[in-house]
Order: sequence, then C-alpha cells, then structure tokens
Amino acid sequence: MALRVVVQQEPFDFGAEAEGFAAGRHDLGAVVTFTGVVRDVAGTLEGMEIEHYPGMTEKALTKIAEEAQARWSLGEVLVIHRHGPMAPGERIMMVATASPHRQDAFEAAEFLMDYLKSRAPFWKKERSAGDTAWVAARDEDEAALDRW
Amino acid sequence: MIDVLYFAWVRERIGLPKERVESQAATVRELVEELRAREERYEAAFADLSALRVAVDQELADFDAPLAGVRELAFFPPMTGG
Repeated sequence: MALRVVVQQEPFDFGAEAEGFAAGRHDLGAVVTFTGVVRDVAGTLEGMEIEHYPGMTEKALTKIAEEAQARWSLGEVLVIHRHGPMAPGERIMMVATASPHRQDAFEAAEFLMDYLKSRAPFWKKERSAGDTAWVAARDEDEAALDRW
Repeated sequence: MIDVLYFAWVRERIGLPKERVESQAATVRELVEELRAREERYEAAFADLSALRVAVDQELADFDAPLAGVRELAFFPPMTGG
C-alpha cells in the first residue's frame, strides 16, 4: 500500500501526477482525483497566502492518509498540498485514491478532504482591494467530520 | 523551557512567530493564563479560547493537556486547509 504526502510551495504538475498515480497497478480498477483551486466568486480576489506549520503539517496529512488506508481498501493514496502565495485559479492541492472498486476510492477521497480541511494545520489569508483577511473556518466543515 | 509557536492571526496579534517560555505551568490552560497576564497583545490573542486550537508536540490537544515533558506548543485559529 503506497502512501505519498507532499507539502511544497511551488506549483505541482496535475497532469503528470494524475498520469503517474497508481501507474502499473492493474489490480486497482478505480482511481479518484480531487483538486482544490483558489476560488474567486466575487471577481475581486487579488491573491491568497497559505500559512502552515512545518513538521506538524506533514505528520497530520500522513496520519489522515493512514486512517483512510485503514478504513478503505486502498492500493494507493496521494496528498499534495501547497503553501505560500497563490493567484486565483491556481491549484492549491490534490488528493488521489486508488482501489479495486470505485466506492472505496470515492469515499476515501471525501474523507481525506473533510479531514484535511479542518485537521491539517493550514491557514488561508485572502487579499482583495489591497486589504487582507484570514479565511474563517466554517461550521459545516467541522460538522462534516461527524459522518465518518 | 518550552518552544511556543503562533500561527495566522494569533502570530499577528502577538507579533512574533515563536518564543521560548520558562514556566512551571502544569497544563496548557495555566500557561495561557501566564501569557495573558504578561501584556495586552497576549490578552488580545488569548481572550477567547473557543476561537483557538492548540497542538502539543505537533499533535492537536485540548487546553487541559498536561505540560510535563512537552517540548513544543503551538496556538492557532481553526484550520482552513483544502
């Protein structure tokens, strides 16, 4: 069972990551990928800065990925999460899961996203019209953990 | 001595990312009370503990966690990853 966790500032190559993920694993019939992108609904966002806790971030993401492997039949798990400055439309992070059948891959990907939203030490700060503001955690994100 | 780290708006309110703290506090909560008594900027950061999270040696913990043997503490707002 391969598990890979990457925390980095620079952009990642989504195409290459998706192409290489679980490559050659013919026992895994289902691959799910999720990508998080810097969102700008109002059209006024100039950029975002993501702060993190070096050391704890890697540990927390690994623990969440290991928990997913323990709960679902996963052959491969990948988590990539960026930090630092980002522009609207840039990819922030991705998860990928591979399993023999699709239900495990889908559920595990949702579990990973729910947990890394509120249990991995990242903090987003948005910049609009020259002003900056920390993004507040949403109650729904905390409540989402209850279903697991 | 404990390394105390601050992130996001907690870091901004206190004005530094990290400091070493000498304390005999038995729990995280007791250490927070010592910090709050220091200066206004700590009081501002720690005024509402329900808005804060704490990690003890890089694991999420609660404010009643014991400090014996702890090397690193971190205070931060609820996380917003993904």
